[in-house]
Amino acid sequence: MTETALRRLAERAAEERLLDVAYTTADSPFGPLLLARTHKGLVRVGLPNQDSDELLVDLAERVSPRVLEAPAQLDEARRELDLYFEGKLDRFELPLDWQLSDGFQLRVQKAIARIPYGRTRTYTEMATRAGNERAVRAAGTACGRNPIPVVVPCHRVLRSGGGLGGYGGGVPMKRGLLELEGILDK
Amino acid sequence: MGKLPPFQILIDEHATEVLAVLRGAVGREGADDCFQETFLAALRAYPKLRDADNLRGWLLTIAHRKAIDHHRARGRRPLPVAEVAETAVEDPIPDVGIWTVVGTLPPKQRAAVTLRYASDLPHAEIAAALGCSPEAARRSLHEGLKRLRKEIA
Repeated sequence: MTETALRRLAERAAEERLLDVAYTTADSPFGPLLLARTHKGLVRVGLPNQDSDELLVDLAERVSPRVLEAPAQLDEARRELDLYFEGKLDRFELPLDWQLSDGFQLRVQKAIARIPYGRTRTYTEMATRAGNERAVRAAGTACGRNPIPVVVPCHRVLRSGGGLGGYGGGVPMKRGLLELEGILDK
Repeated sequence: MGKLPPFQILIDEHATEVLAVLRGAVGREGADDCFQETFLAALRAYPKLRDADNLRGWLLTIAHRKAIDHHRARGRRPLPVAEVAETAVEDPIPDVGIWTVVGTLPPKQRAAVTLRYASDLPHAEIAAALGCSPEAARRSLHEGLKRLRKEIA
């Protein structure tokens, strides 16, 4: 199978708006990331320790089975992420598609998206910002289910006592991101 | 009835075979276009597909329809002989020049003969590809072969 034929297929699919979910893999200092977008924007970031095949099956079921590898469709996302990992970008501009979240979780995740670069919040603060200060545990769950990690910076949410808390990509990756942003010393 | 897997899996698992079948059916030159048409048609129809159990058969059926479209568009020009002869698996017709004669058959007979001998499809799949009953496919094949024998006798 030639690369050219598959690239052409992805291009034509995009022209006909048949690319409901386009994905690619991008390098990062922590390992390969899976990036997936819809017609609206970035919908899913898979972290290096997560199973890409499972994520794609999940997207096929929850978004559309028209899931195609189409690296060119993710050029913008890859460019911004590369700059971020080089410490040259402190705010992502690319459009996001929030369709994988709803309700309280969506409110928490949108609040996370507004935490500035280099700053942190606690799970309690996120619960409050999402409209229910007592739902700290649910806020933690919402962080854990963030479909667009790194770009939606759930790594900036820490425990009230100063503990790092958990991270979908593993605590070492969370620590690494906090170091990159100058929040933790290397 | 299984859930539909990501479309990319169909490409990863079946693209090579689809391309090989198309090369057999329409030759190397036409195969690339037919390949694009096949997977675009599949992608268009995919979300509404009810049954994920035989995705390979579904793709091959679409590929054969595209091969037939290709032959129709080409009218009565002869088939690319060397490509076709390579893939004749069962009961190969000895003289490769025969495909030039096949090209002169009426469309249904020509398609039936090509699908049977170049693509090695069983009657049921030929019927699916032609959009007719297996009995009608068998008849087209039979008529086509009868005519071929007369032509080359």
